[in-house]
Amino acid sequence: MLGPIVGVLFDGLAYGMLLFLLSVGLSVTLGMMNFINLAHLSFGMLGGYVTVTLMDGLGWPFLATLPVAFVAGAVASLVLERVLFRRAYRASDLDQCLLTIGIVFMSVAAAAYIYGTVQQPVQLPSYLTGSVTFLSVNFALYRLFLIATALVITGVLVAALEWTRFGAQVRAAVDNQRMARGLGISVDGVFAIAFALGSGLAGLGGALAIAMVGLDPAFAFAYLVYVLIVVSVGGLGTIWGSFVAATLLGISDMAGKYYIPELGSFLIYLVMVGLLMWRPAGLFGRR
Amino acid sequence: MRTRRALWGSLAAAMLVVGSAHAQGTIKVGVILPYSGQFADTATQMDNAIKLYMKQKGDTVAGKKIELIRKDSGGVAPDVAKRLAQELIVRDKVDLLAGFILTPNTLAVGPVSAEAKKFMVVMNAATAIITTRSPYMARASVTIPQLTETFGTWARKSGIRKVYTMVSDFGPGHDAEQSFQRGFKEAGGEVIGSVRFPLANPDFSAFIQRAKDLNPEAIFIFVPGGVQPAVIGKALAERGVDPKKTRVLGMGELTEDEARKSMGDASLGIITVYHYDHNHDSPMNRAFVKAFNAEYGGRNPNIYSIGGYDGMHLIYEALRKTGGNTDAEAMVAAAKGMRWESPRGPVSIDPETRDIVQTVYIRRVEKVGGQLLNVEFDKIENVKDPFKARMKK
Amino acid sequence: MPLPFVLTPNYLSLASQIAITALFALSLDLILGYAGIVSLGHAAFFGLGAYTAGIISTYGWGEPLSGLVIGAAVAGLVGYGASFVIAHFRHLALIMITLGMGLLLHEAANSASWLTGGADGLQGVNIWPLFGAFKFDLWGRTAYVYSLVVLFLIFLAARRLIHSPFGLSLRGIRENPLRMPAIGAPSRAHLREIYTIAAVIAGVAGALLAQTTSTVSLEVLSFQRSADVLVVLILGGAGRLYGGILGAIIYMVARDQFSGVNPQYWYFWIGLLLVAVVIFLPNGILGGLARLRATWRRAAS
Repeated sequence: MLGPIVGVLFDGLAYGMLLFLLSVGLSVTLGMMNFINLAHLSFGMLGGYVTVTLMDGLGWPFLATLPVAFVAGAVASLVLERVLFRRAYRASDLDQCLLTIGIVFMSVAAAAYIYGTVQQPVQLPSYLTGSVTFLSVNFALYRLFLIATALVITGVLVAALEWTRFGAQVRAAVDNQRMARGLGISVDGVFAIAFALGSGLAGLGGALAIAMVGLDPAFAFAYLVYVLIVVSVGGLGTIWGSFVAATLLGISDMAGKYYIPELGSFLIYLVMVGLLMWRPAGLFGRR
Repeated sequence: MRTRRALWGSLAAAMLVVGSAHAQGTIKVGVILPYSGQFADTATQMDNAIKLYMKQKGDTVAGKKIELIRKDSGGVAPDVAKRLAQELIVRDKVDLLAGFILTPNTLAVGPVSAEAKKFMVVMNAATAIITTRSPYMARASVTIPQLTETFGTWARKSGIRKVYTMVSDFGPGHDAEQSFQRGFKEAGGEVIGSVRFPLANPDFSAFIQRAKDLNPEAIFIFVPGGVQPAVIGKALAERGVDPKKTRVLGMGELTEDEARKSMGDASLGIITVYHYDHNHDSPMNRAFVKAFNAEYGGRNPNIYSIGGYDGMHLIYEALRKTGGNTDAEAMVAAAKGMRWESPRGPVSIDPETRDIVQTVYIRRVEKVGGQLLNVEFDKIENVKDPFKARMKK
Repeated sequence: MPLPFVLTPNYLSLASQIAITALFALSLDLILGYAGIVSLGHAAFFGLGAYTAGIISTYGWGEPLSGLVIGAAVAGLVGYGASFVIAHFRHLALIMITLGMGLLLHEAANSASWLTGGADGLQGVNIWPLFGAFKFDLWGRTAYVYSLVVLFLIFLAARRLIHSPFGLSLRGIRENPLRMPAIGAPSRAHLREIYTIAAVIAGVAGALLAQTTSTVSLEVLSFQRSADVLVVLILGGAGRLYGGILGAIIYMVARDQFSGVNPQYWYFWIGLLLVAVVIFLPNGILGGLARLRATWRRAAS
């Protein structure tokens, strides 16, 4: 009896890890600079399409495309930040929403134009397909890979935050921007780098997502809601927040669908509304 | 001064007359499709087939030139579709309406076709009751019960006694579930359980595990095309459902080109029901696929393409019969009972329901020459829509 | 008002849908522009109004004006209930709670397909002629006049409300949202009242859509619709009452024209339009115009 639910929870954890990779950048960006970047998943989509292009067009192996997807997301965000976003830091929340929604529209149209509207298939290398059976529970190899990758990245992020100077600067900027500036920290520079890292992770997430949830031009919109849920439930400007929230949501979504499938999507929205009513600033948020 | 004003006035009047007058010898066809949004790919495939047909057969029928006016519904938006249809008729003065992939949009436009008396050709939308919305509507694509009820009956007859059904929780999903179960049970089978998953569902693990817990002999799956077929196919493999032990039955969307490519060998053995596959072995289809590949960068036609292609054929042949007269009554009369050989096989338009009658194919995914293909191994001919057939009784 | 009849008899359907969108945006402006409540789930009330008006017509009562009132009442009632939750939260939590509630209602409507028709849309909607004489016809004439008159009347009422003591107490966030807490944020009771009123008006807009098109489908409750109306309002300029109307006209005309020219990629140009507006006209078009006017005045003096 334990077997099936373990399998389901494992899959839920993998899904949660994917959401984490896609969301962590947005959480840090929102917490640090209060800049509402609804185009965050456009970088995710970019990463996905980069992987597809490299694999289909140039025959690269899957794993080799992942760092490129990360870099693509990072570079794209640096460019966009410099050219466009910088001018909107002082703008109202609503204007930032409008600006970034405009960018999502443009990116979705561009993706449709370049790659067509068709769903992008990706063929994983054989060592990542199939599953292993352990104690009569099926563990998909790809999901194991995903979880492992996400855990490693989380470890690196947390370590960087705690033990590097850059990490200290990031923490300072999130805690109190004015103070940080006063202390001589180049908040703009710190933000630009953090933004790039976050978008790079989104790009990586997008590339990893293809084999799990597919890729087409609608990606940038379709997963925005889930990412917003993770970020708001987890709290702004916190890596742990995104991690816990993503895991919680992934697992509760799966468990809900296993035990009470009639509830379907209800559960994830109910959980979100409930958690936010209990803790409006998110589980690990401030304010 | 007065003469100048008179001159301008008459020029304006002349322009109005010229602008609004129907260029003699042109037949305008309003095409409403979801060119943008999440269903954009279906519209692309259909539009491409329409263009191909017109390229192959020319754009002139019965001495008149065919002109297409395209409008984007943007996705599921019946109010927008209805307004677009109204504008096409009132503003652009179209003679015929065509396209229609999504059911809610098609159901909303039906009354417009009825009120304005315009011949309407449905090239995809598959819910059974659609053709009852207007006496001037004909369908060139398929109905869901036509496929799934036939499949249910076939499944029982092929030896399967118990089945578990899994469908997406929306109109077409409910239709598929009900008609498959009906066909299966009426042939003596037992449905041991069923589940409906949310439409925008990203991960199917939990649902598949539930199915696996009951250890069914067969699982019937319906998900809309796009990203979901590959996702659920892979999830089946990951949760340890082996198509060689547990029969996986699905609608053709489950094993469409991109899905098979993503699933890889995990798709071997999946049995699906559909009315068209580009792998169908007939000279006419081979030529059709070749032309489509050549024109559209190697991409294969799918059911949206064949719906568009045959829909245009219906329009062209009906116009030939009426001698270019686009009056709705005449067009419908010409369409009723029409038979022709399509790349998918023999088809005809049922004179009672104005719906399509065609061959339904049962296929299995097999490896042929190193490629994964849907191989047809059984068929049921001359299938009428069973839902409307029952409505009459 | 009769001018459009003469000049553009073929655009009446589009015009009525613009009027409906404008009314919906106006209702959002009341809570966003004047009370500072950012909602990503406002389509819930639009959808409630639409489904109510549609459903009662399927049960045999298709009289438009009473249908409108009933639809608005249902939306208002639910809005009143929701306002008790809404008034307690701010910032991101508020946005996500409104989003969540909207999504839950959408799911509920999908499940209750026996009532709503599910994904196929509501079937059997039958709206009687207005005043027993004016049928909702193919040309959209009745629909046009009906929507426009309703928009006009409600706009007048909203304007009266904004300039009343109650409205003044809400403090428009015209210039700077940061100013609001400093001058004293509106009380919870006032927030509940304005939220309920906004729900009523959104319900009217929804009912209008159901009645003028005789169709209702799940997308009236969708996140897409909530997001669209937000875009329309921000485009026109929030907190200025006319912003919703201006935004609706520009957005929907642009969409209509762009998609006519390029059905497959028109939203690229819409995206570009939005980006341009934000960069060159912050605070929406009306905000930009106001600033221009202020600059001219200063230059003149």
